[in-house]
Amino acid sequence: MKKTVKKPVLAVGPFHPLQEEMEFFQLTLDGEIVTDIDVRISYNHRGIEKISETLQFDQVPFLVSRICGICSASHPLAYVNAVEEIAGVKAPERAQYVRTIIAELERIHSHVLWVGLAGHFIGYDTVFMWAWKYREPVLDLLEAITGNRNNYGNVKVGGCREDIPDELKPRILKDMDTLEKKIEMLTKAVLDDPVLHARLKGVGILSNADAIRYAVTGPTARGSGVDIDVRRDDPYAAYAELDWKVIVQPEGDVFAKAVVRLLETLESVKIVRQAVRKLPDGPIAVEVREIPPGQGCGHGEAPRGETFHYVRSDGGNRPVRHKIRAPSYVNVPSFRASCIGQHVADVTITLAAVDPCYSCTERVAVVDQNNKFVHDYDSLLKLSREKTAKLRKEFGLPGIKMEDLEIG
Amino acid sequence: MNQQELKDKLSQIEDKLIAVEQPTENRIYLLCESENAYAANKFLFEEVPLRFIIATGIDGDGCFEILYHYAYDQLGFVVTLRAFIRDRENPAVESIAPFLPGAEWIEREIHDILGIDFRNHPNLKRLILADDWPEGVYPLRKEVKK
Amino acid sequence: MNWKLKSLKKSPWVFHVNVGACNNCDIEIVNCLTPKFDIERFGIKLVGSPRHADALLVTGVGTRQAVVRLREVYRQTAKPCVVFVIGACACDMGIFHNGYHVEGPVDKVIKEVDPNAIIAYVPGCPPKPEAIISGVVKALAIL
Repeated sequence: MKKTVKKPVLAVGPFHPLQEEMEFFQLTLDGEIVTDIDVRISYNHRGIEKISETLQFDQVPFLVSRICGICSASHPLAYVNAVEEIAGVKAPERAQYVRTIIAELERIHSHVLWVGLAGHFIGYDTVFMWAWKYREPVLDLLEAITGNRNNYGNVKVGGCREDIPDELKPRILKDMDTLEKKIEMLTKAVLDDPVLHARLKGVGILSNADAIRYAVTGPTARGSGVDIDVRRDDPYAAYAELDWKVIVQPEGDVFAKAVVRLLETLESVKIVRQAVRKLPDGPIAVEVREIPPGQGCGHGEAPRGETFHYVRSDGGNRPVRHKIRAPSYVNVPSFRASCIGQHVADVTITLAAVDPCYSCTERVAVVDQNNKFVHDYDSLLKLSREKTAKLRKEFGLPGIKMEDLEIG
Repeated sequence: MNQQELKDKLSQIEDKLIAVEQPTENRIYLLCESENAYAANKFLFEEVPLRFIIATGIDGDGCFEILYHYAYDQLGFVVTLRAFIRDRENPAVESIAPFLPGAEWIEREIHDILGIDFRNHPNLKRLILADDWPEGVYPLRKEVKK
Repeated sequence: MNWKLKSLKKSPWVFHVNVGACNNCDIEIVNCLTPKFDIERFGIKLVGSPRHADALLVTGVGTRQAVVRLREVYRQTAKPCVVFVIGACACDMGIFHNGYHVEGPVDKVIKEVDPNAIIAYVPGCPPKPEAIISGVVKALAIL
């Protein structure tokens, strides 16, 4: 088994440019239907939990924001929630609002990134280019606030490291207005497009029961009718003081998860607007001298789902144990339930619907019953796009609907 | 369920626990010996029911510990079951993956990094350490330094 | 050899390899393809196989499991080729330098296969697309 597993990865040339991460899913086919999945993750294991024990409590946020590029605001938030719980400290109000604004801006650019990738997987490359173009202003905004497009380094135990200057507030509000129009246009296009309905509805269904057994979180869970969201259930930052909705869809298919992410992006815009308008005056941090012995559980709602950090302290200045659980750790295994029985052309989009934060996952190789290598990532992508093209033809459509949109 | 109802429900497995701690309003820690972990977990996941978050393995004070973290989202509680594994030579505990597929990966991971055996696990293969990582070296055990 | 190098400089085809990155550098690389930066107008193309590549863009710290693949990818890449090491992790392991499962940095791994490998470094965490493009252009100008 080990020998044949090695062959697919080496023979193909391992990594596809748009599938930036390395994953190693080995799927077994019977004809064209997936019958089994084996997963091997190790390529991205950096031993972060042990490294954390060598750092001081206030150095750890810099480490954990590099667990994953697009959850990089939520990991430090979950961590400081845990440590502040041990220390019995609460960050000042202004800091809570700043944390909220940055976390939601990250959710926006992460979900828009996902829309682009999903478009690419099914052959709507215009959507990919368009979505990633409209991510850019959000990244520029984050750079203006925190100094970096990604890896904000803004959260610390006791508050925030940097404030949002008042001069930036009008710009944030204006950018949100512009972005909102684009997202609304995109949402409407997705909800109205008959080809997307045919391509994505009923595909990659994760049932409500499986969603609970696999303990999934985030849009993967909410798109299967599981009504959970850490921002509402165990509020942190300023979420309890703002008016917004949790988006849940019952169907469990890829379409439902796309709808959840699109509508969530619009909710995030609302949250950012309110947070900027209500931003209270005051300090952005309290000083925390030492962390007493104890243990804390902190969690936050990252774009992909719940990030959970458990921290144990013995009164020293380093964590004794730091357990990190990224949302993809529970979401990716659910791919087993949503992909077995699916047609091979739907594999890429089903995996994408889980939105693996690829920092914890591996690549795809597909073998047949005799462990003969059948498909690599490129050929899976091709199958997916061919299916879309065929559907488009059936609907008598000349080209993608997206191209008729005024993008300007 | 409100807070009191939740605590009443949790007290149904009192006989399997050593202690119950509630250091802050919405964080509960249930302490038990590893022999009772399987039954306690089954109760928490199926009867209460709670949502499984993840498990943490620790090389703790004089014994191994597995913390099973659960969430009760309606109240924003995190309920953690701390199971103590006293046997340092052959640490083992019953796997909960048979009724909780969501725990399959984390048990494999704890097996990799701490060397704890999960009895009756459906697929206890190496998960996160490299193919050529030496057998018997468990990175998160206290004696392993880098 | 000179002719090959000249054509490489004109329109390098690049192959992207992730050996244990958090994905930030990878996304910034893909950002270079998108309308705001659009490197395809310079003839720079991302290809799907190392055999077609003139240059490798390597991100990530070099985990123990991934470096095996990296050596293989380097061997398969058509020579001459340039290895662009993108990001703080790839350049010198950054904040993960004392991890138990890391075997980088990337240049050390590449040099095990080929001591005369041509390696260019673009530091940053992550380096902005402007920095990546600037690094690639500068390195190609020197070659």
